[in-house]
Amino acid sequence: MKKIHTAWTLALLLVAASASQAQAVDPLQARSWAAGCANCHGTNGRAEPGMESLAGVSQEDIVKKMQDYKTGRRPATLMHQISKGYSDDQIQAIAAYFAAQKK
Amino acid sequence: MKRRQFIQTASWGSAAGVLGLSGCATVGSGSGPKVVVVGGGYGGATAAKYVRMWSDYGIQVTLVEPNASFVSCPISNLVIGGSKTMGDITTPYDNLGKRHGVNVVRGFVTQIDAEKRLVKLADGSELSYDRLILSPGVDLMMDTLPGMGKPGAQDKILHAWKAGPQTLALRQQLEAMPDGGVFAITIPLAPYRCPPGPYERACQVANYFSKAKPKSKVLILDENDDVTSKGPLFKKAWAERYKGIIEYRSKHKLVDVDAATNTLKFEFNDDLKANVLNVLPMMRAGDIAVKTGLATANKRWCEVDFLTFESKAAKNIHVLGDSIQVAPLMPKSGHMANQHGKTCAAAVVALLTGKQVNAMPIYNNTCYSFVSDEDVVHVASVHRYDAEKKTMLTVPGSGGVSSAANELEGRYALAWARNIWADTLA
Repeated sequence: MKKIHTAWTLALLLVAASASQAQAVDPLQARSWAAGCANCHGTNGRAEPGMESLAGVSQEDIVKKMQDYKTGRRPATLMHQISKGYSDDQIQAIAAYFAAQKK
Repeated sequence: MKRRQFIQTASWGSAAGVLGLSGCATVGSGSGPKVVVVGGGYGGATAAKYVRMWSDYGIQVTLVEPNASFVSCPISNLVIGGSKTMGDITTPYDNLGKRHGVNVVRGFVTQIDAEKRLVKLADGSELSYDRLILSPGVDLMMDTLPGMGKPGAQDKILHAWKAGPQTLALRQQLEAMPDGGVFAITIPLAPYRCPPGPYERACQVANYFSKAKPKSKVLILDENDDVTSKGPLFKKAWAERYKGIIEYRSKHKLVDVDAATNTLKFEFNDDLKANVLNVLPMMRAGDIAVKTGLATANKRWCEVDFLTFESKAAKNIHVLGDSIQVAPLMPKSGHMANQHGKTCAAAVVALLTGKQVNAMPIYNNTCYSFVSDEDVVHVASVHRYDAEKKTMLTVPGSGGVSSAANELEGRYALAWARNIWADTLA
């Protein structure tokens, strides 16, 4: 009985996981989107002095910052204008890409 | 294409990387697919680097560029204004070879044989390719101004619209000009390279005059109906910081120049003389693109597929940067050319390795203009692919300009330059 229960839980978890990844992005597409940030934030997110590096920053932190730029909670010179050009899913995918890069 | 060979080369490249050997050292000796890049500006140099990186160093890349070093157009107006030097805007090409294994060839492409997939250089050598990436920038349509064809005219009346010797020469003309003189800059009808560039240059010259030659004037003679970029911000700078120095006149279509008398001739307006003339003629795609039959839009710009940057006129030839017929609201800028370079590099790698091309490119443009040595205004935009219209469109609600010129963005502008130079060349 316990075994069956566990199996069910596992199955449910798998369904939930696949649902949350319904918008899963092809890694090469995410890499290309992230490369659009490299002009200012460095190749693969490793920036030159004067700009913020994104490589190795947690996905959560990047997503939060971008959302705060979008809503205006976080002051910016231009990131409030840039962040509004990206969907929530795109921001998630780009943030995951940078989080996975070496600092 | 020999895919098995490519995979072998690719994995060997990666293994060498892990071992700390330079997989890049095998320039030109591999057996992977061959990409030739023509033009080492923001578009071409970026494409060359990213094709190498994103193919795990499996695709061989040769970059053909006539200049010894990369000289940046962005920031070059500060050399004209006197706060930066040529050294500040110059970056060698070394790292493309050393770090990325790009075979950098200093040379000039004279002919492209699209059928045989051959590029011919001025020195008689030839390069074969599987895919060609053409990023030749703009050429200036000097033949639209008959007086520029006279001997010596082009040495005296400068454009300085390709950063290099003319940038310094224009600075020297300003230094030699007596106080009380007039600097006149003419602007062609859009589209041209770097929409806000001429207005930034006017600010830079005025800034220099205000310090060194306060009785001198700057005249902007614009063929367009109004300032084409950051209009209210530039006009505010002219009305406040450079009051009595800068004068802006729209709807001035230049039709000829007389270099002997330093005279500008307009279609409808009176002739005008000035001490230093800075003429920006009409522009079109670089000569090699036109010669190859790729400039199908008004015989000036190259139409491309925005998913791959492949030319609509020739297979296996991709065109980038200022040479293309742009999408709506897409500026001809260095930042945008760098984005083209990466989008094209990803597509070229995918096409040569049998992978799927990204169906949804999205990238941004950021452009800073210095209204003084330190204070800057920006324009930003985000562009994404529209599958129905098959072009790049700006994302509604995104983008915008600075609220006012400010010093913080002056620092960001210089950090932007450091970063984009590194992303393109390091």
